[in-house]
Amino acid sequence: MLSYLSRRLMTMILTLLALSVVVFIVIQLPPGDFVTSYIASLSAAGESVDQETINALRDRYKLDSPVLVQYWAWISEILRGNFGYSFEMQLPVSEIFSQRIGISLAVELTAVVVMWAVSIPIGIYSAVNQYSMGDYFATIFGFLGLALPNFLFALVLMYICYNWFGVTITGLFSPEYMNARWSIDRFLDFASHVWAPILVISTAGAAQLVRVLRANLLDELNKPYVLTARAKGLPRRRLIWRYPVRVAMNPLVSTIGWVLPTVISSSFVTAIVLNLPTLSPILLRALLSQDMYLAGALIMFMGLLTLVGTLISDLLLAWIDPRIRLGMVGAT
Amino acid sequence: MPLTTPANSPDGRIGDVQDTPDVPAFEADPRIDHSHGTESQWQLIRRRFARHRLAVVSLWVLGAFVLVALFAGFVAPNDPGDVKARYTYAPPQALHFIDRSQDGWSFRPYVYGYSVEIEPEALRRTFVIDEEKKIYLSFFKRGWEYKLFGLIPTDIHLLAPERSRDPFYLFGADRLGRDMFSRLVYGTQISLSVGLVGVVMSLVLGVIIGGAAGYFGGWFDAATQRAIEFLRSLPTIPLWMGLAAAMPSDWSPLQTYFAITLILSFLGWTELARVVRGRFLALNGEDYVAAARYDGCSHFRVIVRHMVPAFTSHIITAASLAVPAMILAETALSFLGLGLQAPVISWGVLLQEAQNIRTLATAPWLLLPGAAIVISVLAMNFIGDGLRDAADPYAK
Repeated sequence: MLSYLSRRLMTMILTLLALSVVVFIVIQLPPGDFVTSYIASLSAAGESVDQETINALRDRYKLDSPVLVQYWAWISEILRGNFGYSFEMQLPVSEIFSQRIGISLAVELTAVVVMWAVSIPIGIYSAVNQYSMGDYFATIFGFLGLALPNFLFALVLMYICYNWFGVTITGLFSPEYMNARWSIDRFLDFASHVWAPILVISTAGAAQLVRVLRANLLDELNKPYVLTARAKGLPRRRLIWRYPVRVAMNPLVSTIGWVLPTVISSSFVTAIVLNLPTLSPILLRALLSQDMYLAGALIMFMGLLTLVGTLISDLLLAWIDPRIRLGMVGAT
Repeated sequence: MPLTTPANSPDGRIGDVQDTPDVPAFEADPRIDHSHGTESQWQLIRRRFARHRLAVVSLWVLGAFVLVALFAGFVAPNDPGDVKARYTYAPPQALHFIDRSQDGWSFRPYVYGYSVEIEPEALRRTFVIDEEKKIYLSFFKRGWEYKLFGLIPTDIHLLAPERSRDPFYLFGADRLGRDMFSRLVYGTQISLSVGLVGVVMSLVLGVIIGGAAGYFGGWFDAATQRAIEFLRSLPTIPLWMGLAAAMPSDWSPLQTYFAITLILSFLGWTELARVVRGRFLALNGEDYVAAARYDGCSHFRVIVRHMVPAFTSHIITAASLAVPAMILAETALSFLGLGLQAPVISWGVLLQEAQNIRTLATAPWLLLPGAAIVISVLAMNFIGDGLRDAADPYAK
């Protein structure tokens, strides 16, 4: 297990490195460097530009040096916890992070939990009762989750709530709790808002999970050992829960790897449509105004989050399934 | 397989013949026409596909979409860019075909006109469908000028009002009084083609990279596997957006269009590469491939002549399942304002108009492009499903 862990950690570090290169390319892509765009935005706002500051910035990010040196300067600043400076918001990136990261993580993690809690029973039900009414509903739900883009779902939900129930479902807090300290009341207010984004984010992933689980479980249910156990008189319900479900869940654990990128991607779009105070609207604004340091740091962070999630899922899988831990299957 | 005589199956699997002793194996007689008794692999695939009802229906639906996209100017009654401030947020008109007004009835398509009411408090103009006014429509009517297939200048439209100044808004009008139906029709052109072009690009990447990895194996295979894992472990939308945002803002619509498709395919080739690599690995162990190699065929010949025909159907399947993903991605990017930009019309660009809850409440028909997205993506997924079942017609 320990060697497996260290191997996985090594892969993750390498992946992070590759990710940082990609992000750096994204930062570098817009014409001009960020100091020139900084100057442009300042003079557009009618402010004078302090030559001293500019020189300090150019020096710090080694903007006059070759690209490799620039990359090194950027990555070493990040390793020291300095993610750069957002020119648009006039704040250090790390400060913007710390304001919003809690809410972002809370929404995303809740969505993942809800997604699993909903899709596992549905998947098991529709496999065990194949071609029943409920199974058809699950299939329709699955196809809708596949074809309905998150932002469209969010829009439709917004429209339905507004038009039929007179409720606006944007945001996560009522105005009076916006900047309040956490209390029971604020939490209740939060809970009364958070259902909409959770619903939107978890539907897409849940639809996929149901399909995967249903297919896996159907394969298992047709295997001889199920018939044997049944013939020996094991009650159906106990049999299903004890053997095939456990086997069918195995590949499901490994899907955390792709569930997380999906969740982060969809929460991204959803948060923008529903105007949530998470990191996503900030990233969109940063991208639209080419505030590339902020954008790069955010993309980097979202990638890191996904990689950590994948690592956890791999470790879980290795813990459950000894074949993977011992490298008997084509494990990564 | 009861429907087919197990003759010499085209991919050289003679095993079927020996497994069924009740049908005597026969030698091909040059005097007899065997074309009715033996079906080619593609015929088998078509037969298998036809069994998937939903897929067949979807194929018709998608065909309709493609036709609309091809003949966009002909289908669209109004110029999609034509601004008519008088008809801001005019609601959709229902299309009637049978006119009962005069003595008896006649086949004469018409829609009801609008009358404008001014809300006393808000002083806002609202449109009411006025059943007194009938706007008659005629087929193949001359209207605004367009170029069919971008080449042939013409001004004939499928259905347009008899008096060209009359309002005709099947799907309502948007903020600037532009016809949503015509815009949707033109959006179909862009949105579908982004999916197709993007998939063709990622297919090229995927087949070359995945094929090389699967055929040659070794370090190249290992490296591409890592690269694919890396790309798949990233949340796609933020990364796409990062790349899309880095595009210079002064690019022409055409440049942006190709840049967007390139970005989408750059991250979308991984799935196709995985499929191709998997097929190559599976086929590498086949005896007939080894035989071809020992016969001294070049790599190129082994691949193109002996291996590719065996998995073309699998590639088509994977590609057809990748198209809807591309379309969804383009839509999301454009919706967020990072993809295609305003003068270009795509479904995502159209939905940008529907971002605001107040606008949505007054003009819910702005969500109609969303219906187009859902229908087309569903249809493509069903077709992909049907193709996947049909891709290997010899499997049970």
